[in-house]
Amino acid sequence: MNWLRGLRARLVITFVLVGGLSAVGAAGLTYHKARDNLLTGVQDRLLNDFRHRVLLLSRDVALPAGDEELALLAEDLEVGDREVYVVRDGAVPSDARITAELRADVLRRPELAWQRVTRDGVPYLVAGSRVMLRAGGAPSGITVYLVESLAQAASDEAAVLRAAQAAALPVVLLAVLAGLLAARGVLRPVADLDRAARRLGEGRLDTRLPVRGGDELARLAGRFNETAAALERSVGELREMEARSRRFVADVSHELRTPLAAATAVTDILEAGADRLDADAGTAAQLITAEIAQLGKLVDDLMEISRFDAGAAVLNLDEVDVGAAVAACLRSRGWSSTVTADLPPDIRVPLDPRRLDVIVANLVGNALRHGAPPVTVRVRATGRAVAVEVADHGPGLPADVLPHVFERFYKADTARARSEGSGLGLAIARENALLHGGDLTVAPGPGAVFTLTLPRNRPAVERPSAQGNLPTQEPPAGTAPPVDRP
Amino acid sequence: MARVLLIEDDPNVRDALTLALKGRDHEVESATSGEEGLERLARFAADVVVLDLMLPGIDGFEVCRRIRATTSTSIVMLSARGDDFDVVGGLEAGADDYVVKPVRPQVLEARIRAVLRRADGVPSPVETYGTLCLDRASLTVSRGGRQVALPPMELRLLLHLSASPGQVFSRQQLLESVWEHDYLGDSRLVDACVQRLRAKIEDVPAEPRYVQTVRGFGYRFGPV
Repeated sequence: MNWLRGLRARLVITFVLVGGLSAVGAAGLTYHKARDNLLTGVQDRLLNDFRHRVLLLSRDVALPAGDEELALLAEDLEVGDREVYVVRDGAVPSDARITAELRADVLRRPELAWQRVTRDGVPYLVAGSRVMLRAGGAPSGITVYLVESLAQAASDEAAVLRAAQAAALPVVLLAVLAGLLAARGVLRPVADLDRAARRLGEGRLDTRLPVRGGDELARLAGRFNETAAALERSVGELREMEARSRRFVADVSHELRTPLAAATAVTDILEAGADRLDADAGTAAQLITAEIAQLGKLVDDLMEISRFDAGAAVLNLDEVDVGAAVAACLRSRGWSSTVTADLPPDIRVPLDPRRLDVIVANLVGNALRHGAPPVTVRVRATGRAVAVEVADHGPGLPADVLPHVFERFYKADTARARSEGSGLGLAIARENALLHGGDLTVAPGPGAVFTLTLPRNRPAVERPSAQGNLPTQEPPAGTAPPVDRP
Repeated sequence: MARVLLIEDDPNVRDALTLALKGRDHEVESATSGEEGLERLARFAADVVVLDLMLPGIDGFEVCRRIRATTSTSIVMLSARGDDFDVVGGLEAGADDYVVKPVRPQVLEARIRAVLRRADGVPSPVETYGTLCLDRASLTVSRGGRQVALPPMELRLLLHLSASPGQVFSRQQLLESVWEHDYLGDSRLVDACVQRLRAKIEDVPAEPRYVQTVRGFGYRFGPV
């Protein structure tokens, strides 16, 4: 019954109710009035006529009247289809249509009494009166009854009813039609508005509505357009500002690279010559060397995050044994003996090995620097994902810090001296995880627990280079891999 | 010790790298632009060109292509940005390897050494695969009787793969054994080199017969 709640149904129903009720009401009233006029008119005419005739003819009747006189009077009174019974007061005429009730009424009242009776579907006017000697005078002992068919009047009445019904039905149909038309007129702008609002919500801020006419709906469309324009303007400004600041960071990083390139190139000469300098100069040379390395790392990280911001980060996917890759990452940094690793073999996942290395090195590096041993690295495979979990057994991260650890340059301890990292490490690690369609999360544990999840299957991302005529299926594990030519 | 031609427009970077490479006993010539570099190369028989990509005048990619068109000199790119566009473009233009600026002298040194390492000439009979003939003693390759000039890295890749016909090598394995990168080398080096190699030795490079892709694993030579 959902459609009943729709505007269209409600409008149609309203129109039908209003139109139908007015039509039925008008027709009903007309019918009622017409019927009254018809029947009362006929009835009054008949009764008056009857009364006059009775008055006129009864004068000639000699009193006390004999049966013959009575029959004569009845004969005189019968005109057309009218049936007349003339009896002595209190006598019962032989006609079932003259009811006892009417007879009693006649006896009680000095003037004409009448009643409507339906017999065999035909309406009759039945009237009766005692005949008086003079107007307002003593009763003559004679009672006259009249039975007259009202069939003609009834059929006229039925015709009026039919006419009223026939008039009301088209009105109801017209009301349905008018309701539908009105609904369409209202609903089309509403549907337009609905569509436009949805498009706007989808981010197409240039969506506008045509403004037709000057009604409330047109004003609404105009207001929608103004709002959309304002939204577009402010979002555009925000984006522009954001893009400018990102460009600025990227530009600064670029500009820093050239002097850094020159400085980095000579650091080992400076380092090698440090022993030949006097103590202070030597220390200064070492300090400069260390700071240049640190600056280089910071600029690298800024460049990397700029690439993510610009959407320019590219995945170079390869089928990689995750356990082996994590082991290699630990080995290359001399962490193999300090980190407890649980690395099941043969979990092969399409990923960018360099980016996995960045993530794992960052997580393990943080755990070793800020957490407490033992630091553990576990690789687990589930049906659809691979998880790399890095945990330490230090005090862990305070609850208020957890939501912020992936923010750029976020420092849990503001008083802490400059950390070894750039402050971008976790932000970059997370971006790398997201780039893979995975995620990097942190959970409170006994220590800090970071979990990297990577999807096991990705839609095939083809490298354009150096792929010859490729077989379309991955080789099943344990069988000879297919080659590009049979 | 090697003869290094350094093409770099920024004077401080140029001087610093020259200083660093000379400090490691290389003979260094430097040029400030691509045009000057190409001119120098004609006179200075460099073993390796260290080439900045962002150059005034003709850019590094074009310099790379022109060097490849005439000589088999090894090329190491200096990628100013480390951006993928640079790297891919440079590798397609024929560079053998790349380093990202700012580069530590040890790293540049290691790359130069790696691209200059000659494939070892081993006395063995000439191997023939289809129309391809490999002579491991003289380090020459010919296809259909005609000698094919291969730059050192392409030759080493071919000799490495063909030493074990049918065996699948992963990109990482190839990077470690042919390019001497650590385990995280950029596998696009391999892909770019394979493409260049196929263009020279395959009859139909799009349907390779000698250097075949094994999807999800890497490359293998043959079986022919």
